[in-house]
Amino acid sequence: MSVDPYVLSFSLLTVVATILMGFWAARKSKTAHDFYVAGRSVSVGWNASAISGEYLSAASFMGVAGMVMSSGYDALWYPVCYACGYLFLLLFIAGPLRRFGAYTIPDFAEGRYDSPVFRKIAVVFVLFIGFFYTMPQMKGAGTTLAYIFPGLPYWAGVVLVGAVITLNVALGGMKGITLVQAFQYWAKMFAISVPIFVLMTVYGHYGKQVELNGMLPSGDFVRNTVAQSSPVNSPDEVRLRKPPARKPDPELIQRYPSELGTKTAEGLDRDRFEQKSPSRTIGQPIQAPGLSLDRSGSSFTTIFYPKGVQKQFGPFTAVASLGPQGVTGSVSAAGISLPLSKTLAGEVWKSGRYKSSTRNVDQIKRASLPEKAPRDSTWLSPFGPLTTKAAKAAKLSLEASKPYSLLYTYSLIIALVCGTAGLPHILVRFYTNPDGVAAKRTTMWVMVLIGVFYMFPPVFGVLGRNLLPDLYAGVGAKGTDKIVLELPRLLNEKHAPLGSILSGITCAGAFAAFMSTFSGLLVSMTGALAHDVYGKMLRPKSTPDERMRAFKVCAVVVGGTAILLGMQVEPFQINFMVGQAFAIAAASYFPLLFMSAWWRGMTMKGAATGMLAGGLLALAGISLTSFTDLKWLPLDGFWIAHPLFRILCEQPAIWAVPLAIALMVLVSKLTKSEIPSDIRMKMLVLHAPEKLGLGSHGI
Amino acid sequence: MQPPEQPDIHSELFLRSLMRRQLRLSIFCAAAFLLVLLGLPFVNYFWPDLMAERVFGFTLTWLILGIGFFPAVWLIAWFFIRRSIALEEAEVAEVQEGDKGAMSDSL
Repeated sequence: MSVDPYVLSFSLLTVVATILMGFWAARKSKTAHDFYVAGRSVSVGWNASAISGEYLSAASFMGVAGMVMSSGYDALWYPVCYACGYLFLLLFIAGPLRRFGAYTIPDFAEGRYDSPVFRKIAVVFVLFIGFFYTMPQMKGAGTTLAYIFPGLPYWAGVVLVGAVITLNVALGGMKGITLVQAFQYWAKMFAISVPIFVLMTVYGHYGKQVELNGMLPSGDFVRNTVAQSSPVNSPDEVRLRKPPARKPDPELIQRYPSELGTKTAEGLDRDRFEQKSPSRTIGQPIQAPGLSLDRSGSSFTTIFYPKGVQKQFGPFTAVASLGPQGVTGSVSAAGISLPLSKTLAGEVWKSGRYKSSTRNVDQIKRASLPEKAPRDSTWLSPFGPLTTKAAKAAKLSLEASKPYSLLYTYSLIIALVCGTAGLPHILVRFYTNPDGVAAKRTTMWVMVLIGVFYMFPPVFGVLGRNLLPDLYAGVGAKGTDKIVLELPRLLNEKHAPLGSILSGITCAGAFAAFMSTFSGLLVSMTGALAHDVYGKMLRPKSTPDERMRAFKVCAVVVGGTAILLGMQVEPFQINFMVGQAFAIAAASYFPLLFMSAWWRGMTMKGAATGMLAGGLLALAGISLTSFTDLKWLPLDGFWIAHPLFRILCEQPAIWAVPLAIALMVLVSKLTKSEIPSDIRMKMLVLHAPEKLGLGSHGI
Repeated sequence: MQPPEQPDIHSELFLRSLMRRQLRLSIFCAAAFLLVLLGLPFVNYFWPDLMAERVFGFTLTWLILGIGFFPAVWLIAWFFIRRSIALEEAEVAEVQEGDKGAMSDSL
């Protein structure tokens, strides 16, 4: 496979546009103030687009689609909670933090507790969570470049993209980034939605594509006969409500298409096909139907479902279908069925073909699923492969593993919703609005913008499962994470250059995704390093010029570290890694911000203990499971024996968040005497409307 | 001297009522949101058949989570923002009236 010129040129265009805008903005941002928060003068529309642009990372653009494809329903929680986490931010944290008027979380930590020590702890945590979050972005970069340049090693893509962005940030600072990111939100929105609409027009819309999973096309029609005669294609488990499935009739199978009508007619009105939940086995599993036409040379197996027509004449039901031996048919009433003559069957067939009132079984294209793909029933229903992994490894039955699955789901939800509030690069954005009302309006718009966006990636996942299941077999940069990039290419089969163009557009979107998020993280982490470590701890008396230089050096240091880390994470799914970063943020920053804003009894020691304990324990749990998966730790046996532990370690939010809050309360109560003496004033600043002019407007 | 019934922004009373009103609004919205968010897995767990019903090709639960969830959240956010801006304005008006009262008293 060689380099596709369309894909290459679109991607290049995005990168060049991003860099040019960075330089252009760099000329406009002169002072240190510009560098940090863009002078607090960004309008609601710009800021909302920029926050959304920063927020929609490689995980949202590529990872969600990849995970929906590989895990199905359960992965839908990711986009939903990514978007909904914002609501939590809005309800509890955005307002008070904004009024308090500090640039960064370390500023807030110091201002709220009058403690330089706590500032240092907070800085370390900003850097720490930031690095966790850059790793999946780097994976996105490596995957995309490996797709554009087949044969390019994963690490080379990481280095290339990392270097470009680092340069951009070192030169432009935040003002440039606001502009670039606002542009990139719209680039991403365009890149995710347009290809989807084209793909759905050609291959069938979202609902129809979901419907293919676990449902036979107009299932009850072709059910018993065809279903059991083709054991080859779809290993999907479809269950019958009543009566139990018949034993396959070998003779029937032999004569298969000609007898189709007769046999179907018999069962037509008796029962319906239904996808049942795995826990309720009624009847036997049978195989989905399909005639396989293997087009050798291509990777597709196209399944044509037999076309059939059913017509009702009073109590009589006539059925006709088209097989290799021409049109055959039957008529049935009151459970008795008779074959139709060829002419009559032909008439029924013709009448049905041209009238919309009859049932036409469409020809549906769906590639056959490889071994590694989850079955339809588990993929489509809640509590599927993602959440039952641990219980399945322990060889628990479906019924017994469901409670574990529920626990996993809840823990995941808590991590994602609370984790949003703890993302340092998102929080810093709230300070770039002129006032608190604008900050709230911004949040509203951010939720609309990202909500609309998040409806699209799952569609890629669903279409990918039906059209491009080969990716299930791939690992690392060749796995389902690249579905968004690869899928539009399919259109080349029918409309030659269109597929390449659309694939180029999604590649450009992917670039926009990891570039914008990585830039945002870099600014926030570099800010922490330059503003806090250099400006406050190392050289408090440095001149503005020196600080500007420090910002640039720090950007290079942070960017380089992120590149090195990113090279290690190829085996992990993008979305999974982001989820882990969220879990750590949820267990550390969220309790800190939430409790500091709303409970005046908090002391520095309480806050620090809770944040550190929550964050580090969550990290420990996550590391234990991840290292086992990487084969660095020989804990497989232990996890199999204790699936509950495995879930609690892999998704720690459900215990780590309450633990952190409990520790904060406990330690604060024990150190009651250390509550800052001007706490009432601090709380007033946090909560009194800005119009009253109480805010301590930062530095 | 300020009469006791007028709000003094540095008083304990004012801060308490300020925080309580804001928190009540936030918690009310959060409760509505959490009911939907945490309720869905619960319903999936106890009524799997219902949630597997097909609507426009989707399963019911897929339709809710993949599409229907977002507008619901926008609605809550919109309500919250409207109310919280109104709340802030009311607080400002209250304090400013108080100030005027204090000034006219001292004259």
